[in-house]
Amino acid sequence: MLAIRDLHVYYGGIHALQGIDIDVPDGQIISLIGANGAGKSTTLKSIMGLVGKRQGQVFWDNLDITSMKTKDIVKEGIILCPEGRRIFPDLTVDENIMCGAYLRKDKEEIEKDREWVYSLFPRLKERTWQLGATLSGGEQQMLAVARALMSKPKLLMLDEPSLGLAPLIIKDIFAIIQKIASEGVNIMLIEQNAKAALEISDYAYVMETGVITMAGPGKALMNDPRVQQAYLGE
Amino acid sequence: MSLISSWLPYILAGIAIGGQYALIAIGYTMVYGILRLINFAHGDVFMWSGLIMVYLITVMPLWLSIICVIIFAIVLGTTIEKVAYRPLRTAPRMSIMISAIGVSYLLQNVALYITGGLTKTYPSISWLQKTVDIGPATTKMVTLITPILTIVLVVGLVMLINHTKIGMAMRAVSRDFETSSLMGIDINRVITVTFVIGCGLAAIGSVLFFSNYTGINPMSGAMPGLKAFVAAVFGGIGSVPGAVVGAFIIGICENIIKGAGWTTFSDAFTFVLLIVILMVKPTGLFGEKNIDKV
Repeated sequence: MLAIRDLHVYYGGIHALQGIDIDVPDGQIISLIGANGAGKSTTLKSIMGLVGKRQGQVFWDNLDITSMKTKDIVKEGIILCPEGRRIFPDLTVDENIMCGAYLRKDKEEIEKDREWVYSLFPRLKERTWQLGATLSGGEQQMLAVARALMSKPKLLMLDEPSLGLAPLIIKDIFAIIQKIASEGVNIMLIEQNAKAALEISDYAYVMETGVITMAGPGKALMNDPRVQQAYLGE
Repeated sequence: MSLISSWLPYILAGIAIGGQYALIAIGYTMVYGILRLINFAHGDVFMWSGLIMVYLITVMPLWLSIICVIIFAIVLGTTIEKVAYRPLRTAPRMSIMISAIGVSYLLQNVALYITGGLTKTYPSISWLQKTVDIGPATTKMVTLITPILTIVLVVGLVMLINHTKIGMAMRAVSRDFETSSLMGIDINRVITVTFVIGCGLAAIGSVLFFSNYTGINPMSGAMPGLKAFVAAVFGGIGSVPGAVVGAFIIGICENIIKGAGWTTFSDAFTFVLLIVILMVKPTGLFGEKNIDKV
């Protein structure tokens, strides 16, 4: 389980996170919703050690990972699938996937996981030798998720997986996220598409300009009039 | 036939010098590929590799000196990266460029201080100076060895980049620092490896280059460094095969111009070439191209 306690982050001279607390218990899908610039991506980047923290702690089970290096955090089983997919454009699909397993040494297990991610995303299997840049947006998102899964994460953090995708493909991606969760991977999801996120979340947090303003089970938030008005467009 | 026999020596010499430029140019192009930095100090690392050989040969056998020269260049290059470039990684591009120019002058001036500005005699490597007959032309062993060694090293390097884990990491880092580190790739290690390769090859190049020219002074790295840089731009900076092809073309053209009796203009040619490329095709022969969606 991941626990964030009173986290403060300054980003580009702005007090981007102003003391947030988030729990990601085992076996659950947690989502973080909010408007652009609320600090959602900063939260994930600071968990990964890409952004310096001013105050507060991040615990992974009982381990304090607040000031650990990114690669050591990855080794502990946390991975971030970044916003905008960030596929390596001149690596092949297969190489992109193997980048996710960069820190692993267990060759046979890596091979098994490669088969597993290709079975999750059969469309990628048809394109193993294609360059990342030549894939469509939806395929790139699948590749980004597949790449992240290759690190054998215990916690998969997804930053805006539905960004810029057609509704049908968003449905596919969310179905796959649920499938991954059912195989025992904890999920932390950031979304502007609040409806899709809340539908599959066990618990959700609403973030506004660096603070958590609401929290509750996904279904409960969906029925909350304030959430409906601000994020669900009703 | 007589035309071939009269031009062959120049073409062979051009191929040899081209190979030497290529070994230097790889360092420029790889560092640019990853850090987007033109490492102005690279030519001076090359010069120092030559200079240190002059001193090492007096205390140890040749084979050991060559190994020590390579190690020296690698240590020097990676130290420069750690001290002068790494702290500026998040600074504006111009700052790190100016730092590189500063390091270049520092290396030249330390060399000036040590040598007193006198030209030192590079040890003669008799095996490389042996004469061999190639068809109708007679040339030195170094002329024959350089292109062969260069091609072997380049093929090895391209295989390393395309088929190993560290090579994959290098290609990933060269496109996206942040995402690479999110995958657990140690950016600093990848950059260090890049400098190790670039400086190691420059050191090998220095043995071949200076054994052919005998004299070495603190400015000896400037001209070959500049020409290798032009070769890297010509081939498309960031591309290893591009730098090698560019270096061979420049080396051969220079020597053909010399053979035609216009020795005075052979250096000018290289720089005119640079200007023409920057105007006509700034991405060079094999520069980063846009990939079309299938």
